[in-house]
Amino acid sequence: MLKRISFILFGLMMTFVAHATIDTYNFKSVEEEQQFRELTGQLRCPKCQNNSIADSNAPIATDMREKVYELMEQGQSRQDIINYMVDRYGNFVTYEPPITPATIFLWLVPVLCVVIGAAAIVMLSRRRKVSDSGAGSESLSEQEKARLQQLLSDKTGAKGRKKS
Amino acid sequence: MNKKLLFIPLIVFLGLVIAFMVQLQRNAQGDDPTSLESALIGKPVPKFKLESLDIPGKVYDQAALHDGKPMLLNVWATWCPTCYAEHQFLNKLSAQGIRVIGLNYKDERNKAIKWLNDLGNPYALSLYDNNGMLGLDLGVYGAPETFLIDGDGIVRYRHAGDLNDRIWEEEIKPLWIKYQGSGS
Repeated sequence: MLKRISFILFGLMMTFVAHATIDTYNFKSVEEEQQFRELTGQLRCPKCQNNSIADSNAPIATDMREKVYELMEQGQSRQDIINYMVDRYGNFVTYEPPITPATIFLWLVPVLCVVIGAAAIVMLSRRRKVSDSGAGSESLSEQEKARLQQLLSDKTGAKGRKKS
Repeated sequence: MNKKLLFIPLIVFLGLVIAFMVQLQRNAQGDDPTSLESALIGKPVPKFKLESLDIPGKVYDQAALHDGKPMLLNVWATWCPTCYAEHQFLNKLSAQGIRVIGLNYKDERNKAIKWLNDLGNPYALSLYDNNGMLGLDLGVYGAPETFLIDGDGIVRYRHAGDLNDRIWEEEIKPLWIKYQGSGS
């Protein structure tokens, strides 16, 4: 019984936690609300590593959500708002780093992985084809066939003996 | 199958071990991997209009941080335990004649004034950033943070975290001396 009550209490607590980051903003339209959600999901909270400002409880995330709302009310575009935050917090604040000499590696690694992987698959399949065709051309000689037959019958014979 | 290929995972693993060891060693020496670079380095202090902390009604703007000589801008709040730890060092700095401007960040005015009365006031000037909007413009992501602003009002350095002897001697003092000379 106690266990159940504590379970329910825990559940209630979790719902409070989940609602803690929801601020009350009045949006003029559904699209606007949608845009707000997208933007706050795309901006990274500078304090808490790898949370978006949408799901962070840090005071700075609250301020930034506030600012995003304010800038949206001023009619600024999505890119303007992202630039505004990047001007203050650097490229860390966006999940999409721009291509610069320092970040080019981040962009190239996935491409390189795909290229290297594809090359590896092609090479392996080629090698297999060669070895497959090689096996096909080498049929067993009469002598080898006889030896194989003997080995097989020996084995079954051995099994049979064990059983008896 | 080439047997040498079997060693690749081992080599990758050893590579990772070395990389992690190097970074852990650095962390032990005080390198904070979560600290961010300031986007403001080399740029002027953002525009602002803020009230003084101790004289309500007196308003300062960015010109207050631009008078030909370098200064430190220290972002602090009474809710921040690290600021408490740092405060004695700030007192020490200001006793040495280093100019420190305080930016009281998202705080309650009377608490902040009481704090300065109780612990000593190292600040040549105290600004009151009630809603944290100058903090946002400065790219502050937690208190305390300290900016070095040169004589031309350009931000030269930002340290996130508490100031202490080591940070001052190693990081800030050389810059302070450098910009002390060049400020015009």
